[in-house]
Amino acid sequence: MSIVSTVVVFGLAALWITSSAHWPRLRDQFFSWSHIEESFPDVLRGFWINMRVWIISMILIMLISLLFAALRALRGPWFAPFRVFAVLYIDLFRGIPAVLLMLLFGLGIPALQLPGVPDAALFWGTVALVVSYVAYTTEVYRSGIDAVHDSQRAAAKALGLTQWQTLRHAILPQAVRNVVPALLNLAVALQKDVALLSIIGVRDAVREARIFTARTFNYSSLIAAAILFLIASIPMARFADWVTRRDQERRLQRTM
Amino acid sequence: MRRIEVQDLTKYYGDKLVLHGIDMGVGEHEVVVLIGPSGSGKSTLLRCIGRLVPYDYGKIFLDGVPIDDPALAGNELPKRVGVVFQSYNLFPHLDVLDNITLAPRKVHGIDRDVAEARALEELEKLGIADLADSYPDKLSSGQQQRVAIVRALVNDPEVLLLDEITAALDPELVGGVLSVIRDLKAQGMTMVIVTHEMGFARDVADRVYFLDQARILEEGPPDRVLGDPEHPRTRQFLQRIIEAGRL
Ligand SMILES: Nc1ncnc2c1ncn2[C@@H]1O[C@H](COP(=O)(O)OP(=O)(O)OP(=O)(O)O)[C@@H](O)[C@H]1O
Ligand SMILES: [Mg+2]
Repeated sequence: MSIVSTVVVFGLAALWITSSAHWPRLRDQFFSWSHIEESFPDVLRGFWINMRVWIISMILIMLISLLFAALRALRGPWFAPFRVFAVLYIDLFRGIPAVLLMLLFGLGIPALQLPGVPDAALFWGTVALVVSYVAYTTEVYRSGIDAVHDSQRAAAKALGLTQWQTLRHAILPQAVRNVVPALLNLAVALQKDVALLSIIGVRDAVREARIFTARTFNYSSLIAAAILFLIASIPMARFADWVTRRDQERRLQRTM
Repeated sequence: MRRIEVQDLTKYYGDKLVLHGIDMGVGEHEVVVLIGPSGSGKSTLLRCIGRLVPYDYGKIFLDGVPIDDPALAGNELPKRVGVVFQSYNLFPHLDVLDNITLAPRKVHGIDRDVAEARALEELEKLGIADLADSYPDKLSSGQQQRVAIVRALVNDPEVLLLDEITAALDPELVGGVLSVIRDLKAQGMTMVIVTHEMGFARDVADRVYFLDQARILEEGPPDRVLGDPEHPRTRQFLQRIIEAGRL
């Protein structure tokens, strides 16, 4: 029944749009098959850059944030500088829009032409994404660490584990498990934010599509790029949903 | 010289006085039971002895050495003083064997094979060797608490601190865990036990301390403190417990 109603509603909507007087113009501007076909190889090559940056920055983000969160969780006066650093870092980079970081790092630093510093926009664009996302991800890990009950620390201490061993063997494994769904959702968001690379001249999918648009005054290449992002993101988002659901079931089971 | 000696121990949580001038001692092979109303400071006293929380005044000695002495720094005290908690506090992400061998392997540098053989031997003694590969959330409350006891025992502690270890158990599983403690007493383990099980206290204690509002009000052999208490507060406390049907 729900399938039938869905098909009917969407079918009517499609009919209404395609029967509008403006449809042919719309179709030629955005959904011209020949333009999509023509731009596709370049857009796909650019998209490959997006996906590589996505994977690499995701790995870096997960590791660096875990390290930051762990340093931040260490107690005692010796570790105060780490805690202060983490708080300042998070305040700073969570407060600045990612697009600004992208411009500052990706255009600003190469423009300095500092000796010994790479001047590739691709490199600094990736750095900008990592810097921005590490601020969020550290907070996510922290919430996971805070959610581990204090009695776990007491047990580890009673067994003679050092503070670092306690984190490493008792707290962090539980904390990471607590935040897997949240991390996956950040990965989904990052998968789209890699398109920000286009604004600093990296020839990613969006940049390639815009080059094509500028040449042909047709927007179908942007649709080609959109389709590629969709193909990548839908399975990822479904996977994140599935993991989240399984995680909720696990929690429910434990409280019963 | 007594195994554990507590002198004039005083502790605050913020402005709140939680332990006031506590003097107590535990001899070799002695079993001492702490009783008292909720909030009287029993858990805090155990935690101070186990160096799990700091204290403000006074001294605590293990075999004559202050527990803040460099000789007991790091993992030396945890090795010699084992703690078992009311809520077991097993590590949920580790199976039974890993829970038990974590400290031997990571803290005391014992090889995995050796540590696991020892763990299995102890599990065998408590009749739960078949649980070695299970995760804590698959075990009953009584099984979890027995694993927690084994986890404390594999470090060969000289003293065990037990904080209401049956309070979170399903009633029908309490007996099994208490009999483990009776066996440990028979083997000569020195223990400090906090419990609300007065029958068990009378049975297992060599001496009983009654705590009330951060102070020790009464101390003596179980028959006297539990049977014929001097202090009206102790009598009142025991009366309430009898009314609750726990003696
Ligand atoms: N971490 C803490 N922070 C602040 N106050 C605490 C803390 N732990 C215990 N207290 C307070 O210290 C007092 C003694 O607590 P404690 O847990 O030692 O009592 P107890 O005798 O073990 O009680 P119960 O029988 O309920 O376990 C209580 O008033 C309690 O509220
Ligand atoms: Mg208590």
